[in-house]
Amino acid sequence: MARLGKTGARRFFFWTLSPISERRLANFRANRRGVWSLWMFLILFFLSLFAEFIANDKPLLVWYDGGLYSPVIKSYPETTFGGDFATTADFTDEYLIENIKKKGGWVVWPIIPFRHDTQIRNLPVPAPSYPTAQNWLGTDDQGRDVVARLIYGFRISVLFGIILTILSTIVGVAAGAVQGYFGGRIDLYFQRFIEIWDSVPLLYLLIILSAIIEPNFWWLLGILLLFSWMGLVGVVRAEFLRARNFDYVRAARALGASDGAIMFRHVLPNAMVATITFMPFILQGSIVALTSLDFLGFGLPPGSASLGEMLKQGKANLHAPWLVITAFAVIAVMLSLLIFIGEAVRDAFDPRKAVTGGVPPEETIVSPTAPPAMAMVEPTAGPAATARRHLTKGGQPPESEP
Amino acid sequence: MTDTAPLLQVEDLHVAFRTPLGLTEAVKGVSFQIEKGETMALVGESGSGKSVTALSILQLLNYPVASHPAGSIRFRGQELIGARDATMRDIRGDRISMVFQEPITALNPLHTIEKQINEILITHKGLVASAARARTLELLDLVGIRDAAQRLGAFPHELSGGQRQRVMIAMALANEPDLLIADEPTTAVDVTIQAQILDLMLALQKKLGMAMLLITHDLGVVRKMAPRVAVMRLGEIVEDGTTDEVFANPQHPYTKQLIAAEPSGTPGAYDETAAEIISADDFRVWYPIKAGVMRRTVDYVKAVDGVSFKIRAGQTVGVVGESGSGKSSLALGILRLISSKGPIVFMGRDIQGLRSKALRPLRREMQIVFQDPFGSLSPRFTVGEIIGEGLRIHGIGDDDGRDARVVAALEEVGLDPATRHRYPHEFSGGQRQRISVARAMVLKPKLLILDEPTSALDMSVQAQMVELLRGLQRDHALAYIFISHDLRVVRAMSHDVIVMRNGLVVEQGPAAQVIDAPQEAYTKALMAAAFELRADTSGVVGV
Repeated sequence: MARLGKTGARRFFFWTLSPISERRLANFRANRRGVWSLWMFLILFFLSLFAEFIANDKPLLVWYDGGLYSPVIKSYPETTFGGDFATTADFTDEYLIENIKKKGGWVVWPIIPFRHDTQIRNLPVPAPSYPTAQNWLGTDDQGRDVVARLIYGFRISVLFGIILTILSTIVGVAAGAVQGYFGGRIDLYFQRFIEIWDSVPLLYLLIILSAIIEPNFWWLLGILLLFSWMGLVGVVRAEFLRARNFDYVRAARALGASDGAIMFRHVLPNAMVATITFMPFILQGSIVALTSLDFLGFGLPPGSASLGEMLKQGKANLHAPWLVITAFAVIAVMLSLLIFIGEAVRDAFDPRKAVTGGVPPEETIVSPTAPPAMAMVEPTAGPAATARRHLTKGGQPPESEP
Repeated sequence: MTDTAPLLQVEDLHVAFRTPLGLTEAVKGVSFQIEKGETMALVGESGSGKSVTALSILQLLNYPVASHPAGSIRFRGQELIGARDATMRDIRGDRISMVFQEPITALNPLHTIEKQINEILITHKGLVASAARARTLELLDLVGIRDAAQRLGAFPHELSGGQRQRVMIAMALANEPDLLIADEPTTAVDVTIQAQILDLMLALQKKLGMAMLLITHDLGVVRKMAPRVAVMRLGEIVEDGTTDEVFANPQHPYTKQLIAAEPSGTPGAYDETAAEIISADDFRVWYPIKAGVMRRTVDYVKAVDGVSFKIRAGQTVGVVGESGSGKSSLALGILRLISSKGPIVFMGRDIQGLRSKALRPLRREMQIVFQDPFGSLSPRFTVGEIIGEGLRIHGIGDDDGRDARVVAALEEVGLDPATRHRYPHEFSGGQRQRISVARAMVLKPKLLILDEPTSALDMSVQAQMVELLRGLQRDHALAYIFISHDLRVVRAMSHDVIVMRNGLVVEQGPAAQVIDAPQEAYTKALMAAAFELRADTSGVVGV
């Protein structure tokens, strides 16, 4: 049926936009702060995805003896560059660099020539060292560059948050959909299960688990997911409970659509409004969850770069204030950006919000007599519409039928 | 304040609403006046600005979103537009009061009716609680609520729709106002109750000598209630005068159209030897009432209890009844959308108890059109997608073939096929209902169940809808089950009629016989209320 939608509809990149989504997009754009936050967040996240090319202790490019090497992408044994050992080349070794230069070669370093776990040996003062031209934000108490750790830590936090958000959304929406759509006994038992499951103390569970296994990225993700999916169940369930008695859902059943098809095609779009509105806030919550676990020491394995671990370093080294200030500032800015984005998304999906500029909504064009507060009401309202609603809505164009 | 001034004088009233697109005018220069003790009706279809006009009199619009660019409303010579809040509060509920359409939303669900009526008396008359109580009793008695003393402590949900509307009227009359504004006072109640309420309002008006501004879309109500009428359209009064004159000799084309629009005629004859499409025997829809820890079924709500019928190709069976009579449960039960008992023989095959997979191919042949033109179309699909959905589900045709069928279906229901790329909200109520019909018709069904397909539509559109449905039946020899509470439409559509009440069949037979020569007392009361707005006096209809 995609063909039918093609003409007569506006498009956003490669999506065909319904007038409702169009109005939402306009509402989102009307929130300048949200739009700026989204762009800043996307740029920061995009850059952090290439952390290896920005902060690394391996050169981006090496020209040596008539050949071009890229140690960032591929590891070479030291012997390639005239060294003595067959082990992977260590470019922090002065001797190796000398060797390359001797053969008329050159080395292009990343902007920050350290990885998150590179221990810098020739510091001016004992670690943690203060900010210098070499270490823009100083080093931590293990002598590791703070900027490098920041970039890697930001990436892992955001990736963790995004994966956790997507997975818990999928699980939560599916669970809420099943409960709301089928209702009755399924709903009853599922709700009781959620109540019990929700009261399991996550932190103690994590402490116990961390005594048995060494938590890594995927372990943490799995355990947090076990408990985080419940956030969305409530709203999605409510939407499905409401929508399953809509006339157009009934009509779909009368057409012979299967339960799955009705849930996906007809009801889910309603529930997605609530879901998408919540998502930036869930993402923010997921990032905070990982950060706090790292701060408490039950998070990612020791040595990994993470914002929570940086906060912990800051707390342990209050005499080196650049550590705690950096970590605090980055976390505060990142979470604020997400909140601003979330606010703009919420505005976008708010049916009462009038469009300020941009594309005028179709509803008001066809309803010359509509009071504005009512004019923006989405045409998704319940089935119990009576003549009264048409009346208060006032949004009826004059009947001009053949 | 002079005695010669009319009670209410509205002059060149304009109402504008601020929207994101700038000001839109809902009312453009309306003038009328009401003398003491006089009744006037404002008639118009939805969106004509009649309710906005009424609300401006009490200054109850959402200011400052709404504004009055021009005009004046004088009540006993006193200007109401821009009057101070304190002044308006003294007038509202005391000198001018209002009865709303929907009594369930107009009454506060958390207060007893005694408290709600007392409040008005205490606010405006300064009565003490005991005196207010006595007056409340008197009022409830006046509006015909039996055993008023026992009803004082009742909450709105404990009353029937008719009783709630009576309480609303009691509240409006509490301070013996000079002017009563009734905004569609009987639209939300059943026809038999409507007749009672209208009678009550007429009697009270005479008794109290108050003026009344009646807002309605129902021409029958106007004829019964108001000696004077103004017809509104798109925010303007297009015609006014005495009711007899306007109805007998309408001048404006719109008034003519409105008066001619009442559904009329009878359906064409059908072939009485045609194939039987569907029959049901002792059909029941019982909703279990569960109680106790084990959730055992202790009793049933018998929504439909023992209905039998046969429908041949090209025949229409009208199902008539007031709200709660089980009409819609019957429709959903026949389609197997809710569980039911009793055989349903569709095209020679008993579909009762068929599994949903076995039923799916048959769903093509039996379709339904719902009442609410807003709720029955998904707002997120284009019209083409909505109509094509059934074809997609049943795997009929490829993309191009489906598109062609969608185009044909739209043409058949009288819509421009180019509109299939648009979304439902861009269409008016009548057009949406046509889309609903197209969605059903594209599958070429044998049976179409029409669940109140016209009741959410304006009168003029109702007639067009009836025409469309009759035409489709003629062309395709469709069998219809036509469900409605509106007997005029049922008479225009049906060959046979089933009258239902509380899930039981009261009377069943050929339309001419049931409608024109009813046998049962209830049917008689129903027909009198529907066609003559005459209230039943035999007691067969409750209050």
